[in-house]
Amino acid sequence: MLEIANVGKVFGEPGSLAGASLAHRALDGVNLSVGEHEIVSLVGTSGCGKSTLLRIVSGLDLPSSGRVTVDGHPVDGPTSEVGMVFQEPRLMPWLTVRENVRLALLDLPPAEQDARIAEAIEDVGLTAFIDAFPRQLSGGMAQRTAIARALVRRPSILLLDEPFSALDSFTRQKLQQHLLALWERARFTLVFVTHDVLEAVTLSDRVMVMRGQPGRNQREIRVDIPRPRARTSPEVRALEDEIVAALDLS
Amino acid sequence: MLADSVERRAAPGLGGTAAKAAVVSAARLKGLAVPLGLVAVWEIVARTGLVPAYLLPGPSEVFTEMALLVEGGELWEHIAVTVWRVAIGFAVGAAAATVLGALTGSSRLLRELLDPTFQALKAVPSLAWVPLFILWFGIFETSKVMLIAVGVFFPIYLNLVTGILGTDRKLVEVARICGLSRFDLVRRILVPATLPSYLTGLRSGLALGWMFVIAAELMGASQGLGFLMIDGQMTGRPAVIIGSLILFALAGKGSDALIEAFARRALAWQDGFGETQEARNA
Repeated sequence: MLEIANVGKVFGEPGSLAGASLAHRALDGVNLSVGEHEIVSLVGTSGCGKSTLLRIVSGLDLPSSGRVTVDGHPVDGPTSEVGMVFQEPRLMPWLTVRENVRLALLDLPPAEQDARIAEAIEDVGLTAFIDAFPRQLSGGMAQRTAIARALVRRPSILLLDEPFSALDSFTRQKLQQHLLALWERARFTLVFVTHDVLEAVTLSDRVMVMRGQPGRNQREIRVDIPRPRARTSPEVRALEDEIVAALDLS
Repeated sequence: MLADSVERRAAPGLGGTAAKAAVVSAARLKGLAVPLGLVAVWEIVARTGLVPAYLLPGPSEVFTEMALLVEGGELWEHIAVTVWRVAIGFAVGAAAATVLGALTGSSRLLRELLDPTFQALKAVPSLAWVPLFILWFGIFETSKVMLIAVGVFFPIYLNLVTGILGTDRKLVEVARICGLSRFDLVRRILVPATLPSYLTGLRSGLALGWMFVIAAELMGASQGLGFLMIDGQMTGRPAVIIGSLILFALAGKGSDALIEAFARRALAWQDGFGETQEARNA
């Protein structure tokens, strides 16, 4: 359903103010095909353009070459079909949890907005905090609000850009489980970027390893371990080692 | 589902509003301590004749003199005229600054076109406009109001533009992802994001408004607190000068408190340093 075909991205292209001399090639010939209800993670060395790729899929940035299609339609800007959770929660500090989630629904009739907001906030377990302001939330709660804001629109694809990297490891594991539970119930496709190889192995159906500057596909690794996957199981550890080797982190 | 107790914090909005109010009023009382002490010292200095009364009359004498003006009814008129000038000048200056600031803040073309001019005009000390304004608008109300408006304009304009340009790009990206219309982007993101800096502009603009009304009234007026000061000087009544001075202080503080009260409500979402201090005291 999501096709990334030969996508390249150059920043500071000729004609822009940065000038050709500063042109920076972030991605080169990246290919990826993601099926319905699949979980794919992108791991890679820093600066390999994983986040850039995700931004292109979300429609925030446009590719310099190649194309991205969702259900056959080219992506030329953000749509309600694709939800996005950033590394930071990015909540509006002047809006309550409820009103932050409402931002994704403004074109719907008010009654439907309220019903969907209540449901999405219950799904992330924040009903007691629906009228709280972001400053009153912990980091994990703020990120769950961001997940609710992305899912309330019922997108067919959810993109997450290192969504748990700023959280402590206990909260991170809880949120990973929570996200999996939501994914099992609502049938969306999940594509996420992570630095955490173990996170990639425990969550994904497939791990795409990216490397280099500009970033390219390095390897694709299928994870055929039944869920729930224990972080300590030998199969998980073996795959983790394999991916770390593919990343060539010495 | 999966609601967890581990991350649960104290439910928001509960507790301590009465305690907080008590802390705030205690803080106010502390703010009054120094002025009251100064008044006491001032009265002592005046009564003991350390400074002669024609230079520094005591607070009681100032009060008596002002009470006479109140009885005659003129004091209210002077206050009303000055407040009216500041209000009109502030309204004109703030309206112009808001419209032009919003335009140059939101359009790169207009910014490149207009902003250098405003920056250059800002460099002209506002009082330097006086001769020109008197030539153009005469010596009566219009030139005074225009002078105040010019003084009010720049801090508001500059703060508004800074606020708009400083809006977090990351939040604007959320607006794009959520598919916000241009109108909703302005209403739900840009306006609240800009509000703190805009309100700072309004407050400094208002302070300049009070400054310029004195300038305008000192230079030529037949009414107003500034005129009253000049009149006190000409007629050798230092108590009237000091009384007007105190009234200016009260009016400036009072109008500033109005904006501050609004800001407190409008910016309640902010997680500021002052608030954490209050919480610690509570």
